[in-house]
Amino acid sequence: MQRTLQALFFILVVKPLMAVVLGANIRHPERMPTHGAAILVANHNSHLDTLLLMSLYPISKLHKIRPVAAADYFMRNKFLAWFALNIMHILPLERKPKKGVDPLAHIEVALKNGDILILFPEGSRGEPERREPFKTGIAHIMQRMPYTLVTAIFMQGLGKALPKGDWLPVPFFADMFVAEPFQWQGGKDATMIRLETEFQALEKQGRFDTWS
Amino acid sequence: MPINLRYAVVGVLALLAIGTLIIELKRMFKPGSGDAELWLRMRSWWVMAGMFLLAITINQTLSLVFFAMVSFLALKEYFSIIATRRADRRVLLWAYLAIPIQYYFISQQWYGMFIIFIPVYMFLAMPMRMVMVGETRGFLKSAGTLHWGLMMAVFSLSHAAYLLVLPLEKNPLAGGAGLLLFLILLTQFNDVMQFVWGKLFGNIKIIPKVSPKKTLAGFLGGVATTTLVAGLLAPYLTPLVGWQTWVAGLIIGVFGFVGDVTISALKRDLGIKDSGSLIPGHGGVLDRVDSLTYTAPLFFHYVYYFCY
Repeated sequence: MQRTLQALFFILVVKPLMAVVLGANIRHPERMPTHGAAILVANHNSHLDTLLLMSLYPISKLHKIRPVAAADYFMRNKFLAWFALNIMHILPLERKPKKGVDPLAHIEVALKNGDILILFPEGSRGEPERREPFKTGIAHIMQRMPYTLVTAIFMQGLGKALPKGDWLPVPFFADMFVAEPFQWQGGKDATMIRLETEFQALEKQGRFDTWS
Repeated sequence: MPINLRYAVVGVLALLAIGTLIIELKRMFKPGSGDAELWLRMRSWWVMAGMFLLAITINQTLSLVFFAMVSFLALKEYFSIIATRRADRRVLLWAYLAIPIQYYFISQQWYGMFIIFIPVYMFLAMPMRMVMVGETRGFLKSAGTLHWGLMMAVFSLSHAAYLLVLPLEKNPLAGGAGLLLFLILLTQFNDVMQFVWGKLFGNIKIIPKVSPKKTLAGFLGGVATTTLVAGLLAPYLTPLVGWQTWVAGLIIGVFGFVGDVTISALKRDLGIKDSGSLIPGHGGVLDRVDSLTYTAPLFFHYVYYFCY
């Protein structure tokens, strides 16, 4: 039932939205992981980011794609929680976990289950079209699952289409740059530096004006 | 379907088949590094021509929707590559809304509104909307760039679509669709011929600062071939007669080139190679319709003046 609803939502809403209203120029789409366990790590400008990343996968694979999303934001009311859990199929993450509760346990389970996770290490959408410093949660996950392949994806343009604090989407093409996957680098700092390096290299492939 | 239009459609398909054959032969006997790109480009020609021919042969409404879609994609590409202001998000939406309105006027054969809606009403409405937002920093640049894009991607291109609704009795053997096919075929043929002539005899650069690969031989050869083909085809597809047919070819040949290098100048200014990646082997939609932004309005008014 849940898989059917998700498939319908993507066939009727998300895929047409991405094909007609928005659209993306993707550099190296072949680098997208086709099966898990894998983590897509992307910068975050807009709610559309998650929809675009998920729409790149065929409907048959959709249930394996799990966006990691802030529990305090997406579980704040009943309707949103239902939508986030059933349609977007998110893995809710407690940003301020209670003592004695492992906030990453279900994420580890999902990876062991062969899912492809979507993770935005900026933590929130922030100012549109501007990349904020990464939070280190991603390194914790990679430390626990050191063989998981992580693919860095730099996206630009969707912040213009639907920035934080606005409800009206305006058509724009997005740019998307995919990097070669990498693994746990033997230490948290090394892993975060590697991730930052990947993003800096991706950013250099495009020409981006600041948007204000 | 008017009889000559039918022949023309078959002719286009034959032309595509010949092109495919030439590329295939080149791949077999003189393989080179650019083959994969050429092949991709040819495949995209089939897809684009297929969609276009299907639209114009099925019915008028579908053709108008097809062109409105081309305008939308071209405008979206333009807004995505230029620097826009956050304050202008609502203004951009107004610009997009001009597309269905403009094509609605065309569907109603409402010539007066078709010809003034964007140059007058949208020209006045967009700065008004910008003032309502109230952000003055970058106002002039924004007002100018947004309207230029609307003129190129919507107003200019929609002239091609207006050919479809011109009265049939003036051109009974081919109809509006025949005129449109003539314009599109000659414009795209001119692009290809300028490329081919330039490859064959290319040494004198014609406009190196804007488009370093374009050569004088490409330009002249392209214009000559296009004029010749226009003179041969126009009597069957257009109401033009005698010398008018050759001048039509000359207009398409010369200004197809101008449209091409105008969009090249835009891309060079922005520091990008292609306007997008929607059409494999060609780049974006704007890259493909660059010549048409000039030839469509110029050819339209030329025919309109003499025949309608």
